[in-house]
This record gives sequence, C-alpha cells and structure tokens, in this order.
Amino acid sequence: MKTYSMRRMYGEALVELGASNRRVVILEADLADATKTCFFRKHFPERFFEVGIAEQNMVSMAAGLSLCGKIPFVTGLAVFVSLRVCEQVRTSVALTRANVKIVGAYGGLCTAENGPTHQCIADLGVMRPIPRMTVIAPADAVSCRAMVFAAARYDGPVYMRILRDNEPVLYSTQTASRFEIGKGHRLVEGTDVTLMAHGLMVSTCLDAAELLSEQGISASVVDMYSLKPIDVELILEEARRTGAIVTVEEHNVIGALGSAVAEVLAQEYPTALLCLGLKDEFGVSGSHSDLLEEFCLTSHHIADAAESMLIQVKNERGHTEIA
Amino acid sequence: MEQGIRRTIAYAAQMRYDVVRMIENVKSGHPGGSLSCVDILACLYFDVMRICPDEPDWPGRDRFVLSKGHAAPALYAALARRGYFPATELGKLRQIGGILEGHPDHNHTPGVDATTGCLGEGLSIGIGMALAARLDHADYYVYVVLGDGETNEGQIWEAAQVGAHYGLGHLVVFLDLNNLQFDGTLDEVLRPWDLSAKWKTFGWDVQDIDGHDHRQILRAVSKAKNRKNRPHMVICQTTKGKGAPVMENQCAWHSIVNLQQMNDCLPKLAQEIRRYEDILNAADVW
Amino acid sequence: MKVANRAPIATRDGFGQALCEIGATDERIVCVEADISKSTRSCLFAQHFPSRFFNVGVAEQNAIGVAAGIASCGLIPFVSTYAVFASMRACEQVRTTVAYPRANVKICVSHGGLTPGNDGVTHQGTEDMGLMRTIPNMVVIMPCDFTQMRAAVFAAAKYDGPVYIRGTRDAMPHLYDEEITDRYTIGRAIRLKDGGDVAIVAIGDMVSHALRAARELAGSGLEAMVIDMHTLKPLDENIVVQAALQTGAVVTVEDHNILNGLGSAVAEVLAERAPVPMRRIGLRDTFAESGPYPALLAKYGLAVADIVDAARAVVGRKERSK
Repeated sequence: MKTYSMRRMYGEALVELGASNRRVVILEADLADATKTCFFRKHFPERFFEVGIAEQNMVSMAAGLSLCGKIPFVTGLAVFVSLRVCEQVRTSVALTRANVKIVGAYGGLCTAENGPTHQCIADLGVMRPIPRMTVIAPADAVSCRAMVFAAARYDGPVYMRILRDNEPVLYSTQTASRFEIGKGHRLVEGTDVTLMAHGLMVSTCLDAAELLSEQGISASVVDMYSLKPIDVELILEEARRTGAIVTVEEHNVIGALGSAVAEVLAQEYPTALLCLGLKDEFGVSGSHSDLLEEFCLTSHHIADAAESMLIQVKNERGHTEIA
Repeated sequence: MEQGIRRTIAYAAQMRYDVVRMIENVKSGHPGGSLSCVDILACLYFDVMRICPDEPDWPGRDRFVLSKGHAAPALYAALARRGYFPATELGKLRQIGGILEGHPDHNHTPGVDATTGCLGEGLSIGIGMALAARLDHADYYVYVVLGDGETNEGQIWEAAQVGAHYGLGHLVVFLDLNNLQFDGTLDEVLRPWDLSAKWKTFGWDVQDIDGHDHRQILRAVSKAKNRKNRPHMVICQTTKGKGAPVMENQCAWHSIVNLQQMNDCLPKLAQEIRRYEDILNAADVW
Repeated sequence: MKVANRAPIATRDGFGQALCEIGATDERIVCVEADISKSTRSCLFAQHFPSRFFNVGVAEQNAIGVAAGIASCGLIPFVSTYAVFASMRACEQVRTTVAYPRANVKICVSHGGLTPGNDGVTHQGTEDMGLMRTIPNMVVIMPCDFTQMRAAVFAAAKYDGPVYIRGTRDAMPHLYDEEITDRYTIGRAIRLKDGGDVAIVAIGDMVSHALRAARELAGSGLEAMVIDMHTLKPLDENIVVQAALQTGAVVTVEDHNILNGLGSAVAEVLAERAPVPMRRIGLRDTFAESGPYPALLAKYGLAVADIVDAARAVVGRKERSK
C-alpha cells in the first residue's frame, strides 16, 4: 500500500492554506523542522511566530491573535500541546471561543524510542472533556489535508492529532474532500462486528477485517476521525447492524474513542463493546512496530480480540442486545 | 489641577465606590486587589485608551487585558462608567444570568477584550494581540495589568521573553505591585528580588512609579509611547485596598473579611464622589 | 449506616484537619501549597508544622514538580491548590513527574465542581476528575462529606502511589459517622441503600442529592439503589455490574462534565460487561457561569428533580425493552 507522511502533508497543507487565506498565522515552539511548519516559515515568514520552548505562552498568544481576527495554527508535539497547555486551552481558547487550531504531532506511540514522556496516549482524552473543543484525528495524509482545511473553515477551537511518517494512504482526494467535522466514514460494511478506529489503527483494522473474513467473520471498518462531535448516527447504525463494536486506538482506552462510543451506546442503545488501546498504562521505549506488538495493537491482535468477543457475545446472548 | 487629571481622579473615586458596593452587594469577590489597580484603570479608560463604547469590537481600538482577572470589579466599574453597559448591571456582579462574571469573560461582557482569571495567562494574550497589530500594520496599543503574585507563574516569563524578542513597542504592561498576595507578603511567599532589574534583563523598557499618582501614570504612558522598539513595563507601587482604610495593606482583604466593615466604607467613598459632581454628572451612589 | 446530626462542613475543612492529624503522627508528611493556604485549609498544617510546609507561590506546575522531588526522597508530600489548577494547569507535570514514576504524591484540591460558584468558570473545576482518570497510575477520589474526606486523607497517606482527592468549597451535609474511618477502603464503593428498580451511582457532593432523589422515588413506588462511588479510579466495577444485573437501569450523578468522569467510567464498564439502559447526570459538556452553587446546580441539570426524572426515564426504557 502506498504511504505518505502525515506531518509532511500537514506542512504542505498549511502552505496551501496560507496562500489562500491571509488570516492564517502559525505559532511554533522550536520544532518547526519536526512538525513541518518550516514550509510555511519559508513562504510566509512574516506570519510565522517562533515562541521557543514555551507552549503555554504559545496557546494564550494564539488566543490573543485570534481575538484580533487571525486564524492561528499552533503546532507542537502532541503531549506538549495538549497536557502541558490544558488549562490555557480551557480558559484562553475554549472559554473564549477563540478561533485557534491546535495540532498535536507525533500522536500515539510513534515517538517510539523517545519513550513514554514523549509518547502521547492521553491527548484526545484530555481535550475531549473541555467544552467547545472540536477534536479530530485523521487516519491518513490525504484526510489530514482535508481536515486542515475543514478546521480553518470552522469558526471555533479545534484540536487535531496528526502522526509522523509512512502512514498508508487510504483515501482519494475526492473522497476525503467530503469528510466533515462531526462525521465518520465507513470504509467497509460488514454484518458480524464493527471495527471502529482513528489514526493509524484504521488501516490496521482494514487488515484485521481481512483476517476475520478468512475466518468467515464479516467486519465493518469505520474511520471515526471526528471524536468530538462524534457521529452518533453512524455508531447507532453499526450497533443495530452488527450488535458488537470494537474500538481501536493508539491511546489510553480511557478518555477518547472507547469512552465516547461507550457513552453513546449506554445512552442510546446498549450494545456489546470492546475497547482496545493502551490499557491505562504508559508506553515504553522501542520501535513503533515493537510497541504496537507489545500493546496488542496489530491486525492479528485486533482480529483475535474481535473473534473472542463474538464468542462471548453469543454465549451471553441475553445481555448483549436490548432492542 | 489640570482638567484631564481631575477627570481621571474623579472617575477613580466613582470606581472605588462601585467596586466596594458591587462586591458587598453580592457578598463575593476580591476587594483588595481590585482597589489597588483602580487608578491605573481610571487613567487608561478615561484618558489614554482609544476606544469606542458604542462599538466595543471596533477593530482599530486599543486593547486591554486584565491579567489579574480577580480584579474584575475594577474593570467592570471602568467599563460601566465609560458607557459600555448600564451601571445598573454592576448590581448583578457574579449573579446567575448577569453579564458580569466572577472573572472577565470576553463572551459575556461588552468591552472585555480577553477572558482571564487563571493567573499568568493574560500577558501572553496581550502579546498575541500586539503581534496581530503588527501584522495588520495597525497602530493600536495593547495594555495589560499584571498582579505581583501573578509573576510567580512561569508562563509570565515565557511571555516576557517573547515580548522583548519581537520588540513589541505597542505593548504597555502595568504591574500592580501592592506587595501582598493571598498567603502573605511577596517576600514571605516567594521572594521576587529586584523586579525592575528582572524585567530590564528580560529586555523590557522599565519605569517605576507611584501607581496611585495619576500624573505619574499618564507621564509613564507618554514616555512609553516615545520609546518604540521594546515592550514597556510600568512597575506601579500601590496599596492593596487603596481608598478603604480598613482594607489598606491587609493581606486578608484579598477576599472579603467582614461585610459590615465593607458597608461602613461606603459613606466616605460616596462623599469623595461628591467632590467631583461637576464631572460625574451621570454618577450615582447606588 | 447512621446519618449524623451535625451542621454541614466543607470537605476542604476535613482535608485541613486530617492533614494535621497525620502530620502529628508521621514526620514524613509534608505539605506543598500554591499560595492559597487559607482557602485550601492547609494553613492549619502550616501553623502546626511550619518546617514541613512549603509555599511555592502562585506556581502550580512547580508545586507538582517540587512534590515529586520530595517524594523521591522518601517523604509523603500533599499538594494543595484548586481543582482546575492541579488537574489542568499542571496536567503534564502530574503525568510526567508524578504518575509516570508512580511518585508517592497526594494532590488534594479544593473547589471541585461548581462549588466555587460566584468565582465563575475559570475557578470551577468541572473537568478535573476526567483528566486525572485519563492518566495511568492515578487514583482519583471525591469524598462526599467531612468524615469521608478525613478517611480518604488517612487512606491516601497509607497508599503507596499517586492520589488525587477532590474537595468542595461549600459546606456538605454529613452522611457518615466517625466509625467509617477505619472501614474506608480506596476503590471499594459503598452501597448506601438497596433497591431493585434503578441504581443511582453518585460521587462527592452529589451523593446526598442521590439519597434525596431515592426518597422521592420511593414516594412514587420506585425503589432505587444508591451507591457512593467515592473512588472514581480504580472504579469498583463489580458493584457496578451487580447493580446493573440487579436493577437493569443505571443513573450516574456527578458535579462534573458528563464526558470522561463517573458517567463515562460506568458506561465503559456496562458496555463491556453488562449493557443496560443508562443516563448520566452532570454538566452536559458545557461551561457553567458565575452564580451561587445551589442555583447553578438547578440551572445546569444537577438538581434532585433531574436525578428523579432521569431515574424514571431509564426505568421506562428498561420496561419498554422487555
């Protein structure tokens, strides 16, 4: 499968955006070459503000710029533009309804060898409960580009998680252009189980679905790129059709997609749910692929877990579906 | 006394009354720190700032950020008397459904340029605004009032570095140095050493003044406007609770100590307003 | 369970007193404060044990780091500040310097939920428990009354690892007598009332509301189980599953955003182990505003009447699904 670096695409998308919208400005905390905002810096230096390793100041500064009509994109390592700036996001950005877009790069485990201090398995869970925040996590470079433009069009605060390099390309430009904040996208429709994911785990779930089909199990695969607002209708459609949902994310099982889907199902349509991700634990140093193996986030692990879940669902028939 | 300064002093008297009255009315708020910055705000809102109460969002306006957001009553008094909303709203401070939140909220109150309240964030917002002005080739100024205890926060120093690095000459920051924070004096809690020297070392243009002397406040702004390439720090020696003798220099009056004592301050504050009835023709002792 | 007949007291007072009590018996107990000791009530500890009290000023991130350093040398630091500042201003420091190394730091906050009332949104910690829950290795507790707060502080001091305890600014009715102090266990919820029609799972200041709602429901023939889920993490999953199997309908109640707090935690457990109809009572992913605490509870859907309505609705869904 073809791959393309999401952060590279992000950098390119910002240049495109900056060329068509003079209100767009970039704030960076000393990682321009890593986050690829260096591309924007080259083309529009007067609209690029380096603030040094000082993310909290960066976020509140962005609020100030947005209050004067600018559209600031604040970029950094996911852990530092989510947990480190949590209260500034709440007060300066969300409470203010500031039109600030915060982009956390290297989300999940892909900082890999750098270890758990730089891995971010809690960013989405920390941004999601802040009122007025929109939270998105695209699955590939093409949809990342689409989301950059969607975020810029949206009037209000956004947190977007992007990844690192070599993510499989899943979508055509045309398909991704139809993505909207608040919606998800079904890539495969199945009847036995739904695999729901964001980020890199979407392509992993596609592989898992193929493994399941070899076992005679028909799996849906859904890209839930918009975690908040979340596509409640899509979740309920899947729940009604398959009666068994597995969420998969490079994130703590607490706080993000798993929790969001659990909340919807509990409220609207109690359905069997299995949440895969980091089981409320920190990562460790290692290569990205080793870490995914270690934390059971490979296609094999997902397929096995889904299969076991279906057996359990069949055995506990009385508890799994209340129509 | 020059008429300009007499005007700002008159409004400061009105604002002092308003601050004590509105906090006493709702039995909630921060009187000491609100009173210590009244003179700074009176000079800004009734002399210095280029603003338009009928058009609170006028893009060319000067901006103001109350980084020490708990002094919101002082800001609300200034805004009400300047005409952003009816003074009757002051009686609904901190009340459900009102337009005056416990800490300044940009979305709730006309004239509030930035939402603050959690210490250490407002200077950064002001810097963002100053950068926006530069991008737009606009000539508005950005004024910020910081608390002294607030400078404990690391984010203040992150912001200070950026302000100097970008040479934000249209940024004027007042430090309300009343020397008391919640748990004690500055030296007792976290010794600040030489604040003037600190800001100078961070690349700011620094002035030290009496924060209750309107002539000095206005002169400091004037000097700042003549020095173009650095952000400006005006360190204002002030008295916590200024204008209400029972509160003056008392740490505990960061919050309300005694409602009756607050109430007892009001007649004298009202009397001070009456000295300026030629100016405060729309004023009322409410 | 006996309900004591005493005047309500804020749980932050329970913290202040308990800290002094454990400070008197254990010299390892230290307090790190961020300039609001009179408000958080750590001033009591400061008076009794000044050499073990460190005020770092208005600098919460530094406070967390300092506490982590103290803990690494074998002492037991209690950090005190407000909920919003410890959980959000210092979020990454909590994660990196406390949770990740499992530092023996106890973060005891006041002004949880809507109890800061008039101070307004900036000071209302309404997302804090959810944030702390998302960080691995954190224990998260919200005691419902003065006595339970004391019990929680004693238990936290004995527990080896990071703990976040949320207290209230406002006075809370007494629900427990002193005798519970010895029986209090982190992670073990307390079933305050039995009932077969619906289970109301509440935390902190909402526990007394849940009991009042149960009395009202009983008046109309519905018997509600009431569970005091004082420990949000680790959640007592077994009691939740049992309650779901027994009643078939669950309501959660928290002075907190309905995202990521108690409601989410219970939804996660039920979805994976016992899916039943459920309703979450809490702030519906919104900021509140300035106003008196009781009025805010009423305006933002946390009144007793809201709990009663939710219970009836969820029982109705249960009945329709049969």
